[in-house]
Amino acid sequence: MSILVDRETKLIVQGITGRDGGFHASQMVAYGTNVVGGVTPGKGGQKTGDGIPVFDSMAEAVAETSANTSVIYVPAAFAADAICEASDAGVKLVVCISEGLPVRDMVKVLPFITERGTRLIGPNSPGIISPGRSKVGIMPGDIHAEGSVGVVSRSGTLTYEIVYHLTRSGFGQSSCIGIGGDPIVGTNLLDTMELFAEDDETDAVVLIGEIGGNDEELAAEMIKNGYPKKVAAFIAGRTAPPGKRMGHAGAIVSGGTGTAAEKAAAFAEVGVEVADTPAQITDIMKRLMA
Amino acid sequence: MKIHEADARGIFSRYGLPVPPSRMITKPEEARAAAEELGCPVVVKAQVLVGGRGKAGGVKLASTPEEAVEKAEAILGIDIKGLTVEKVLVAKAVDIEREFYVGMIFDRGTRMPMMMVSPAGGVDIEEVARATPEKILKMPVNPDGGLMPFQVRRMASFLSKDREVAKQIGKALKGLYEAFMGADASLAEINPLVESPDGVVWAIDAKINLDDNALFRHPDIAAMRDDSAEDRGEVDAREADLSFVKLEGKIGCIVNGAGLAMATMDMIEHFGGEPANFLDIGGSSSPEKVLSAMKIILRDENVRSILINIFGGITRCDDVANGLIGAKEKLGLDVPLIVRLTGTNEKEAREILANTEMIGADDMEDAVKKAIEAAG
Repeated sequence: MSILVDRETKLIVQGITGRDGGFHASQMVAYGTNVVGGVTPGKGGQKTGDGIPVFDSMAEAVAETSANTSVIYVPAAFAADAICEASDAGVKLVVCISEGLPVRDMVKVLPFITERGTRLIGPNSPGIISPGRSKVGIMPGDIHAEGSVGVVSRSGTLTYEIVYHLTRSGFGQSSCIGIGGDPIVGTNLLDTMELFAEDDETDAVVLIGEIGGNDEELAAEMIKNGYPKKVAAFIAGRTAPPGKRMGHAGAIVSGGTGTAAEKAAAFAEVGVEVADTPAQITDIMKRLMA
Repeated sequence: MKIHEADARGIFSRYGLPVPPSRMITKPEEARAAAEELGCPVVVKAQVLVGGRGKAGGVKLASTPEEAVEKAEAILGIDIKGLTVEKVLVAKAVDIEREFYVGMIFDRGTRMPMMMVSPAGGVDIEEVARATPEKILKMPVNPDGGLMPFQVRRMASFLSKDREVAKQIGKALKGLYEAFMGADASLAEINPLVESPDGVVWAIDAKINLDDNALFRHPDIAAMRDDSAEDRGEVDAREADLSFVKLEGKIGCIVNGAGLAMATMDMIEHFGGEPANFLDIGGSSSPEKVLSAMKIILRDENVRSILINIFGGITRCDDVANGLIGAKEKLGLDVPLIVRLTGTNEKEAREILANTEMIGADDMEDAVKKAIEAAG
C-alpha cells in the first residue's frame, strides 16, 4: 500500500518552468512518477522537454488531467498562494518543497486548505517517495528500495543518509516522508505516524527527529498508548547550543526545552531505541526485525 | 531576528499599546535632559539583545535627573553576557501595583497563533510554566477571524477582576495581537504589563522577535537589525545566505542540509572530537557559496581540520568540488580538508578532486574519524 503517494498518483508540478521545478520534474518522470502536467501562470500552452503540458492555472490543469496531487517549487513569496490554488482546484495532496515561507502565511493557509479537504506536506520538505511506485520531491531516487520500513523525518539530507544505510543493509522502504524543517507544517510527525500505523505494508517506522518543539515527545506518548508498528529513532542536534537556530527555522532549543536529550529520554522511557549515529539505525532494525 | 527593547516599544506604540514615553541615549550626560523632559522618576535600561538584564545590573531606577546621569554612567560600558552596553533607554517610571505577563507565539501543536497571559508577571515565564502551570491561560487564535472579543474578555478577567483595569488590559491584548501579526513576529511579549496604584495599565517592557522569512515585506523593521550583538562569522554567513553557528571545537564543518549538519556535529563528538561550527550550505550550492563558507570557517583560529560532508540531491557534488578547488587556490589553504561527497554527480566530483591533497573519505563515519585525527 504505502502512504500518500503510489501508482495512482497523478502529479502536477507548480513552478515547472523554473530551474528547480524543471530539473526535478524530469527526475520524477525518470523515476516513473506519473507527472501529468505543470503550472506556471502566463506560460500555459507550452510543453516541457519531457512532453509535459504546461497550464496557466491549477484549475485548468486539474480539469484537463484529473490530477490528484501537486508539488510546489515556486519562490517562497508565492508559495502560500500556490498551496491555496492547488487546494481550491480540488487537489487532495500538496507537497511544498519551497523553503522560507513566513509562518504568518502558513497559519492562514492551513485553515483554508483543511476546509477543502487537502493535506499539505511541508513547506521546506524534501517530499515523499514510495519506492518503485512514485517519487514526489527532490530526494535522490536511486538510494531507495522497495520494502516495509516507513521513514518519517524533519530533515532532508539526513534522511538520505539514513535511507542509504537502510537500503544497503537490505531494509527497503514502504514510504519515506520529509515533513519539513519549519515550526508549522501541514503534516507533522504524529500525523505521519498515524498514517504508517494504518498501512499494512509498513512493518516498522524509522523516526528521524531533531531539536525544537515537542513532536518527538508526543510521538513517544503515542507509542506508550499502543502503537502497532516497531519504531527506531534518531535525534539530530545533541551538540546544538541553546538559543541558536540550527538552519531549520524549527530547530532551536528555547527555554531549556526541545533538547535532543529530552527527546531521547522520552523514547527510552517507552522502549524505543535511539541510534547514536545514522548507521546504527540499521543495527536497531536488525534487532527489531529478527 | 531580535531587536532592541527600544525598537519593540516603538512597534507596540504604533499599535496603540500603552508604552510610557522614553529616550534612547549613548552618553551618560544625555540622561539629564531625557529625565528632565520625561519627568522623574525614570528607569534607565541597558539595550542589549539578551535576557536577564535586571540581574546583571543593567536596569536601575533614578529619582532625579542627576541620579539618572549616575545610573546611566554605571550601566553604559558594562558587560552583560558577553555584550558591551553601548546604548541605554531612559523611560518614564511607573508605580507598580500588579504585574502581568502577556505574550504571543506561533503554537506548533494547534498550528495557530497563540496568546498566553498570566497574573504572575515580571518573572521568568518558563519558570511559571514549570512550577505553576495553572497560572497561565493560553488561547489559540484563528487568524481568519482574528482575536475574538470573547477571548479578550476571558483573558482580561483572568488577569484582573477590576472591570476598569480589565478593559484596559483587553485593549492591550488586542494591540499585542495586531502588533504580532502586523510585524510578522515569531514572538511578541510584554513582561511585565503593569497596573499602577491608580488603576492605569502600562506596558513597561517590550520584546519582539521577527520571522526572518518575512523581513522582505518589512524593510523598516529589517533596518532595526543590530549586527554588533552577533558573531562576525554569523553576520557574514547570513549575507552569503548560509546558516552558521560558531562553536568552540577544532573541527570546521561544511555540510548540506541542517539535519545532516547537526548529525555531523553529533558524530564528531560521539567519536571524541569537538566541532568548531554548524554550517549548512543549503541546497543548489554554487562554488561561490563553498568559497564563502571556507572563508568564514578559516577566520576561526581554533580550526585544525575541515570536514566537508555532502549528500547530493538538489546539491551537486561537482559544484562543491569546484568550489573547494577554487577556495584552496584563493585562500592558500594549509588546514587539512577531509572530503566526503556522495549523491548527484559524485563521479564527476571525484575526478575533479583526484590528484589534490584533499583527504577522501568513503562514508560519513570514515570522514569524521579522519577529521578528528587530522585535527590532532
